[in-house]
Amino acid sequence: MIDVEAFSCQELVELVTDYLEGALSTADARRFEEHIGACDGCTEYLEQFKRVIELTGTLTPDDLTPAAESALLDVFRSWTSAQEDQVE
Amino acid sequence: MSDNRALDRRSRGRLAQLGERLVYTQEVGGSIPSPPTHGIDPGTASGTFVRVEPTEADLVAALRAGDEETFRRIVREWHSSLLHVAQIFVPTRAVAEEVVQETWLRVLGALDRFEGRSSLKTWVFRILVNTAKTRAQREGRVIPFSALHDPARVPEAAVDADRFLADSHERTPGAWSSPPPALPEDRLIAAETRAVVAQAIDALPANQRAVISLRDVEGWSSDEVRNALDLTEVNQRVLLHRARSRVRQALEEYLA
Repeated sequence: MIDVEAFSCQELVELVTDYLEGALSTADARRFEEHIGACDGCTEYLEQFKRVIELTGTLTPDDLTPAAESALLDVFRSWTSAQEDQVE
Repeated sequence: MSDNRALDRRSRGRLAQLGERLVYTQEVGGSIPSPPTHGIDPGTASGTFVRVEPTEADLVAALRAGDEETFRRIVREWHSSLLHVAQIFVPTRAVAEEVVQETWLRVLGALDRFEGRSSLKTWVFRILVNTAKTRAQREGRVIPFSALHDPARVPEAAVDADRFLADSHERTPGAWSSPPPALPEDRLIAAETRAVVAQAIDALPANQRAVISLRDVEGWSSDEVRNALDLTEVNQRVLLHRARSRVRQALEEYLA
């Protein structure tokens, strides 16, 4: 039986973030879940997508170099001393 | 194992129900340890526990008072995000660093006029975006309007069309012809795999990289990202989806 409303696999892979963000309509979310329930390829795809989110969440942002930090602290210090000058 | 700890920390804050739908539970600005905080917002009659406003107010007060430790903490917390966002507009990391410095100069200079109508974070990132755009213009760099505001104009498939049956297929057009292969669990958790993810993120277009960094690395809520970048909800999701899709593809290519 063909459900004309059903998503194809190619359509489903475009909706994964919408689904995970709760941005699909109730009807579309149900279609999404029905498709997942019946399709091994898309089940694997969804799992991989979640793993990507999980793995990305384990990365540590480490872009602050000591040089950049000390340059910014200098900015802050000259601002605070300018503030004090104003008060005096 | 630091990996596990990091994952725990993250998942507690953000991905409360990864198995169901993602429900973002992180408090705005929650990850910066707060200076003396009231805990209960006097502005809400119900006395519910609200962290957002008091923490923000305290941060601003500490900065105004010249508290270097608070400044250092905010810089450590936000620097990576500030750089990523700046690089949407300016070509190199070095210029982005300069833009971030100039942003802090402007932020501190305008701190007295900050009224707390938006969060401090949103305000700082808005100033960053303006600073970066001005810098880009000064360098004669053309910022395509679509960089942030019309990403859907240029279509980009999450998965290559040739991995699906053609539209003309008589029974199941659009079904997988080459479904994603199962990824070996033991290699998924290896440190090299995380390095592949990091490289894939680095290789993304700057707008996608900024959004996935803020959302999935830094754990910002979608509202925070939308406010900071002045993006619509839909465009934020488009950029996030493309970024995640490309990273998944990179992972599949590496592991399969």
